[in-house]
Amino acid sequence: MAVTLDQTIAQKQHTFLSRLLANQTFWVVIAVILACLFLSFATDSFATSKNLFNITRNVTFVAIVALGMTFVIITGGIDLSVGSVLCLCSMVLAVTMHAGYSIEIGILATIVTALAIGAFNGVLIAYVGFPPFVVTLGMLSVARSLAMVASNNTVVFQFGPDHQKLLALGGGAWVFGIANPVLYMIILALITGFILRWTKFGRHIFAIGGNEHAATLTGVPVKQIKVAVYMISALSAGLAGIIQTGWLGAVTTNLGTGMELQVIAATVIGGANLAGGVGTALGAIVGAALIEVIRNSLGLLGINAFWQGTFIGGAIILAVLFDRIRNFRRSD
Amino acid sequence: MSVLELANISKHFGAIQAVNDVSFSLEAGEVVGLMGDNGAGKSTLVKMIAGNFRPSHGTMHLEGKEIVMHKPAEARQHGIEIVHQDLALCNNLTAAANVYLGRELRRGIGPFRILDYAAMYKRAGQLFAELKSETRPRDLVKQMSGGQRQAVAIARTMLSQAKIVLMDEPTAAISVRQVAEVLNLIRHLRDQGIAVVLISHRMPDVFDVADRVIVMRRGRKVADKKIASSSPEEVTGLITGAIEQVA
Repeated sequence: MAVTLDQTIAQKQHTFLSRLLANQTFWVVIAVILACLFLSFATDSFATSKNLFNITRNVTFVAIVALGMTFVIITGGIDLSVGSVLCLCSMVLAVTMHAGYSIEIGILATIVTALAIGAFNGVLIAYVGFPPFVVTLGMLSVARSLAMVASNNTVVFQFGPDHQKLLALGGGAWVFGIANPVLYMIILALITGFILRWTKFGRHIFAIGGNEHAATLTGVPVKQIKVAVYMISALSAGLAGIIQTGWLGAVTTNLGTGMELQVIAATVIGGANLAGGVGTALGAIVGAALIEVIRNSLGLLGINAFWQGTFIGGAIILAVLFDRIRNFRRSD
Repeated sequence: MSVLELANISKHFGAIQAVNDVSFSLEAGEVVGLMGDNGAGKSTLVKMIAGNFRPSHGTMHLEGKEIVMHKPAEARQHGIEIVHQDLALCNNLTAAANVYLGRELRRGIGPFRILDYAAMYKRAGQLFAELKSETRPRDLVKQMSGGQRQAVAIARTMLSQAKIVLMDEPTAAISVRQVAEVLNLIRHLRDQGIAVVLISHRMPDVFDVADRVIVMRRGRKVADKKIASSSPEEVTGLITGAIEQVA
């Protein structure tokens, strides 16, 4: 039977199942589920509602920042400043509210701060041609130092007249007893997923990561988009900072120290490619979840906490290894 | 009336005269081979037509009207499309996404518009069918053969009503079988009344598909003749300078 050209063109090469099996995020989800099942049987304390509440809440802060980082990583960039930006934003919120301003003004000031930092990073990278690594490494240092300046390196734990509102925002559970941070994470993940899949902006982000030169030649506004992704990344750090401040009820200047590495690890484990062009919202969340489950389980299984880094680092290398193996097979 | 008419076009970069007083015209549905050694001025000439460079001297007329272009987007608006030598494709995107890159179709109301995947897959599929290329719109470009990649890049030029398609070394880096495929793509463009400029080093390709050959040497046009009245030997002589110039 002859196959016509139209049939060939209309043919879908991948079934739903084959695409699922080739998807790194899928395998990380399986890993998380298996780990959870194992831990429920191996320990008494894992599957308690208190522990699960703890895990989900711990995941959220890294996950929210990882969502913003996903945009940057898809374009082939990196943002090392997120941990410090989170700290600075928390501090801006705390100091503003401590000075007697309302929560609305505090949040507005925080968001403006985050966007300004993101724009600064983005403009230097896109228009001046700095390597992202260098600019954001500089900002890592600058933002934390500014947080110290803003607070005179003290702990802020009184947030003025709207103190209770802020604590409720971060620490409450307004819907079905789900911790608020988890709700925010889900909403932000849905927005991220929508932007990446259904908007022109999202499509152009992938194009820049795939072949920046081609994107420029075909008329994609590469520079503006690059500025935008660093602003999104800083904004996600700022939002996580607001939520975390409400959750903790206190801000210190070492908040978010080393967080950038956890965030980058989460996106990479979830399937984003540091070379650019690949990444998903779900991947960022699932990657953050796997890291947290590993951390949590080590504690519950009575393994020395010093091993944590080894296991998380191992997960990163393993995740990238799977990606390499797939690529080897494809090039054969 | 010719589609494109170049009159006394020159371009110099400082003291270097890259293109020197070149005139020629392009007719609709004509394939013109543009040949010359490295540094002969082919790329500079094409980049002026594509809007990358502005000529230092001379004028360009598109369908009788003088055009001055400052950037490639303006050339595109005039119906001048270019297929870059490296094809300018994103490997991580599907064929349809690459065809529509920078001019994605969207549906919805006002600012609430989402990408119209279905329409883009459909139209991209139609374009591949027109090009008689076995290219699936949903496949990632990274999995494609050289010929399919060319089809994607060429389909891009057919989205709008292109009048002129400039192709920069489309057969330089692909296998023999795929070369035939690409030459067929060029014939399909020609049959739709599009003027094609084929920049190539490969003599057999030009003699296979082109109606006319223009030879450049050291920035000057040294020949502009029908393929039927020329020969590979003559063109080689013109490129190397063994033959000075022909009418």
